[in-house]
Amino acid sequence: MIIESAPRNVWDYIGEPDRLVEWFDGIVESSTSDNQRTITTRAGFSIPEEIVTCDRTQYRFQYKIVAPFVRDHLSTIDVFELGDERSLVSYSCDCDPATMALIIAGAGESALRNLKALIENEG
Amino acid sequence: MGRKILFVTTDQQRYDTLGCNGGKIARTPVVDSLAASGYVYSRAVPQSVVCMPSRSTMLTGQHPTTHGVWMNGVPLPEDAPSVARVLQGVGYRTALIGKAHFEPYLDPFLRFYENALAPSTRVDSGVDHRGFDHLEFATHGAVGPLHYARWLSTNHPEALAGFYPVLDGDFQVNAQGGGDTGAPQVHVNPIPTEWYHTDWVASRTIAWLSALEADSDWFCWMSFPDPHHPWDPPKSELGRVSWKDVPLPEGYITSPEEREKVLVEKPRHWKMWYDGTLVTNYEAPAKWVPATLTEDQVREINALNAIECELIDEALGRVLGCIEDRGWSGEVDVIFTTDHGEFQGDYGLLFKGPYHVDSLMRLPLVWRPARDVEPSPSRIDLPVGLIDLAPTFCSIAGTQVPEWMDGKPLPVSNQDGLERGFSQVLTEWDSELFGESVYIRTITKDNWVLSSYLASTLYEGTEGEFYNLSDDPLQQRNLWSDPGYRSIRQDLADLLVASQPKAHPTRIPLQAPV
Repeated sequence: MIIESAPRNVWDYIGEPDRLVEWFDGIVESSTSDNQRTITTRAGFSIPEEIVTCDRTQYRFQYKIVAPFVRDHLSTIDVFELGDERSLVSYSCDCDPATMALIIAGAGESALRNLKALIENEG
Repeated sequence: MGRKILFVTTDQQRYDTLGCNGGKIARTPVVDSLAASGYVYSRAVPQSVVCMPSRSTMLTGQHPTTHGVWMNGVPLPEDAPSVARVLQGVGYRTALIGKAHFEPYLDPFLRFYENALAPSTRVDSGVDHRGFDHLEFATHGAVGPLHYARWLSTNHPEALAGFYPVLDGDFQVNAQGGGDTGAPQVHVNPIPTEWYHTDWVASRTIAWLSALEADSDWFCWMSFPDPHHPWDPPKSELGRVSWKDVPLPEGYITSPEEREKVLVEKPRHWKMWYDGTLVTNYEAPAKWVPATLTEDQVREINALNAIECELIDEALGRVLGCIEDRGWSGEVDVIFTTDHGEFQGDYGLLFKGPYHVDSLMRLPLVWRPARDVEPSPSRIDLPVGLIDLAPTFCSIAGTQVPEWMDGKPLPVSNQDGLERGFSQVLTEWDSELFGESVYIRTITKDNWVLSSYLASTLYEGTEGEFYNLSDDPLQQRNLWSDPGYRSIRQDLADLLVASQPKAHPTRIPLQAPV
């Protein structure tokens, strides 16, 4: 997703774990303690996550769902600089079972569209 | 006052499951009676053989390429054209009760309106979504956020566990077997019939109809989730059809050698699925191997399917009784159809996928016009599509068919169809799942079905299927490479290319598996 804003502005949202509720449609609560984040979906599911990477130098955020319904999971959000006021944001997901990757990636795609609208409307 | 419209759909029902179409297992006197006094279509073809694209075609009157729902899991945009909105615009009250599925179901974030509606609002009128001012949703089983699941959970929680678990622990469609034969997606469900979703859909429809003003014009889409798998009808109904007495379907090839010979003549994903080496459709259980399907399993599945068809027929009878009681019997058009078919043992297969043959593409379609217009009963053999439903609703309502609809009002006789150019229907398949893609474009015309495979991860773009429906009604002989048919094949292939509909401006991203 290309966002017409500088990476630091995008990172203001992504790098602050609990701001997820502002841009990820369907996540209604988020609380983080150390590297443990728990999100609550609109359907009422509470999902524990481990924040693996939150690197403001490389603009990389990685988290793992640690709930029993996934054997393994890693989602990665990267923000790349395309110019002074332009960023490329990628959201990738590896998951076992693979079906969950489709669900998370589908929601992630929609979330990036929200993030783009949010940031570009601010500007 | 205009004519009122009861649009009845089922999910995944074969043409030959109705008595009026020659079906011998399920007793369907209600639909048969509608057929006897209306129009029966012997070659009704879906524009997609899976739910979301097909249902989106019914709502929009557009091909999947045009409305943009190219596979299950791709949501129909909320601002997509809708025949319900057209009817609402000319004063109709509009409802959709039962299975919608214009938006993905696997949605833990409740991002989609269909899933978010029941948890967020009261179950009553006053919504406005896609042109419907009343919505109550149900799907297969009793898990999830839809109205039926919530109703059952609140009122009869003891019944929840009786349903077959549609998904397994890996969120894959469940391959677990049950019943007497261990057939996949078969299960004995102890739920009382009056709590089952078929009766719930009818009861909620009756409730909505009963609350309308007598002089209302209305369009009600009553959408039963059955007879789609899982096959878990109420246990108390199992005595209706003894599976041991059910004959094997004509399309079931009893000799494994003969069956495999037929399959290898088709494009390779047919045999790969049969062998369990490739699944190209999420709704077919990935952990089930069709080659293991036994004759008794086919019999049991067909018996349970027939029971579900009978329950639907009786539920429809209850709704028609309400219409009679309201004094509307002369003013209501009833259209009965489904979104796509089901293998049910044909070729040794179950379920559905990228397979454009009659098992999935020949659909039941019956239109009983309002009695006040004194229709002349007719059987129409020309090809028609689900794409023609939305224009038909407009025509019944006496309003102009919008330009954005690709179809035409259904013909009322073969002569009418000939005069209005009903000669061909298109069907399409696109899928991209777990690294494998399949793209098929199909044309049905003059007793021929031609499917052209586009380049994908599985195909080079030169493969295809070509069947003569007159000589080979079970589509067991693929003529695609037969030099004797090269000329007619090429003519149809050219026509198929020339007939492709306008494409949706963007490729809508896949959002979920289904």
